[in-house]
Amino acid sequence: MHNTCQTKSRFCDRVRLLGLDFAGHPDFVHLYLEPPSWDYTPGQFVMLRPEIWVQDPIWPRPFSICEKTPEYMRIFVQVVGRGTSLLSSAVPDSEINMWGPLGRGFRLSLDKRYLILAGGMGIAPFVGLCKEHPYPGKLSLIFGHRMDRSCYPFDELPGEMQRQSMRQTNQEDMEHFGRVLQEQIARFAFKGEILACGPMPFLQVVHKHVLETGAPAQLSVETRMACGVGACLGCVVETRSQGLVQSCVQGPVFDAGELVL
Amino acid sequence: MNTSVDLGGLRLKNPIMSASGTFGYGLEFAPYGDLQKLGAIVVKGLSLQPRSGNPPPRITETPCGMLNAIGLQNVGVEKFLREKLPFLPADKTPVIANLYAQGAGEFAELAAILGDEPKVSALEINISCPNVRCGGVQFGQDPEAAAFVTRQVRRACPDKPLIIKLSPNVTDIRVIARSVQEAGADIISLINTLGGMAVDIHSRKPRLANTVGGLSGPAVKPVALKMVYEVCGVVDIPVIGLGGICSARDALEFIMVGAHAVQIGTANFMRPDLIFDLVDELPVLLAELGVESLEKFRGSLETA
Ligand SMILES: Cc1cc2nc3c(=O)[nH]c(=O)nc-3n(C[C@H](O)[C@H](O)[C@H](O)COP(=O)(O)OP(=O)(O)OC[C@H]3O[C@@H](n4cnc5c(N)ncnc54)[C@H](O)[C@@H]3O)c2cc1C
Ligand SMILES: Cc1cc2nc3c(=O)[nH]c(=O)nc-3n(C[C@H](O)[C@H](O)[C@H](O)COP(=O)(O)O)c2cc1C
Ligand code: FES
Repeated sequence: MHNTCQTKSRFCDRVRLLGLDFAGHPDFVHLYLEPPSWDYTPGQFVMLRPEIWVQDPIWPRPFSICEKTPEYMRIFVQVVGRGTSLLSSAVPDSEINMWGPLGRGFRLSLDKRYLILAGGMGIAPFVGLCKEHPYPGKLSLIFGHRMDRSCYPFDELPGEMQRQSMRQTNQEDMEHFGRVLQEQIARFAFKGEILACGPMPFLQVVHKHVLETGAPAQLSVETRMACGVGACLGCVVETRSQGLVQSCVQGPVFDAGELVL
Repeated sequence: MNTSVDLGGLRLKNPIMSASGTFGYGLEFAPYGDLQKLGAIVVKGLSLQPRSGNPPPRITETPCGMLNAIGLQNVGVEKFLREKLPFLPADKTPVIANLYAQGAGEFAELAAILGDEPKVSALEINISCPNVRCGGVQFGQDPEAAAFVTRQVRRACPDKPLIIKLSPNVTDIRVIARSVQEAGADIISLINTLGGMAVDIHSRKPRLANTVGGLSGPAVKPVALKMVYEVCGVVDIPVIGLGGICSARDALEFIMVGAHAVQIGTANFMRPDLIFDLVDELPVLLAELGVESLEKFRGSLETA
């Protein structure tokens, strides 16, 4: 034995795509992949890159781990560009390089109450969290979305949870949603902890109000990533105590007080 | 098959090494493969003081490649020596420090510190960085300035193999290559990234906060191959080729035009265990080609 790092097991797997399930809309698809051997914490993510991409697109794409069962690992994808479009047209049985579980997920304790704030695709990391939670009654969810609710894995969440969904199709709706978030954050404040994931404008609203109330909160941020393992330094976010840090290693989940958004 | 190579005092068990800035401090890739398998580990560019780099967005994808403007964010040499280097398998695989500084004096100071470190096998000097104080030109773009830095570093660190990493953003790379050879470089590596930019017509903004950045990945490979070919034709010291290498075949292309070894950069992002697989694939491909030794294959390009 040397005082060097020993080879750990490989976490980069070539997994088979078991199937795709479009959520009634061509831009929203659930990918079912062969389940990896490792376990994960909700909020952690994987990098996906089908072998057939060869040299283009060059980067893998980061996705939250939506759910993992003994039968499959599920990734919920919204088509927004070339990579996600290629993934949505992947062929069942094709092979995808997948590495993970990456980053830090949500710190959870089973006896605590949580107010979950999800914006659009930000619901993805909470699916497994809510479905696997032994006491879903301790969880409340406020879900804001732009497309029809049926596009998102909302209805499958446990019935014991307090769930509220709100659709935003214009600026007015957005402002109203912002006020609801503010109210709910203030009302919940110190009853437990707030967990949030969603697009940057949504996170900025949540961030502002949790800082104002001082409510404990964990926020999952999305940044451009090339490697997912801490090497490229492309995914940095600004933190109070450490300056610019790699979101793929120190995040994507951060304590709200640590983040500068 | 024996794929070991001798780079003027720097002996590698195989010619596959990581490229600076694409492999972190090496440790990031330890979960994905055995670092001891690699020919060498070149770490992220180090400066005397820690640097926080440029504001994000710092990276953007381009066809078969990417642009970056990281701005050399790094933990600084002290923290590297204390917190990273001790955990690298330096007794099994050479660890090469990549140096970044704003002036020749600073380069020399940094080289002296790293030169004293037994676990560092060689120094790679990045003279292709912007914002250097030297008559307003980049060190890597002016043969005199490139030679000056090389001499300063050579003097500060006489005992370790010295690699000078060249910029492709020049009119004639052969001139710079000859100049650093004469100034005392033991090895030349090339290419660093090609200057480039990407913009968004909807937001009317550049895709990088820094506006411009450096292009890398398979898109630059033909440019890199030509420059490595040209440099190998005019210097006597070993050359390390890089730029867009993604496969064992790509690696052999660079060796066939004269490179002794290669570095894997952007391809590490495609799959974190890719570089480890290349180490296994190289001898298989050589055998398929009926090549007896890497030595014989090197520079075997037949031009009309
Ligand atoms: C930790 C993490 C978890 C994620 N989880 C999910 C998930 O569960 N489901 C899901 O559908 N998506 C998720 N994403 C976002 C997803 O990675 C991007 O949508 C995807 O990479 C876009 O690739 P593309 O080639 O389709 O789009 P591109 O052509 O690369 O980009 C399309 C548009 O999206 C923007 N964009 C691309 N990537 C990002 C990014 N990372 N952050 C902000 N803007 C970006 C581009 O600037 C462009 O405007 C996650 C991202 C991160 C960092
Ligand atoms: C994200 C990123 C960071 C880099 N950082 C450095 C660096 O710190 N020092 C350096 O000499 N080169 C750096 N490079 C350049 C690479 O080492 C390499 O020369 C270049 O990317 C071309 O090779 P490739 O096409 O295989 O990536 C960086 C490249 C990338 C993509
Ligand atoms: S994605 Fe490369 S450092 Fe985070």
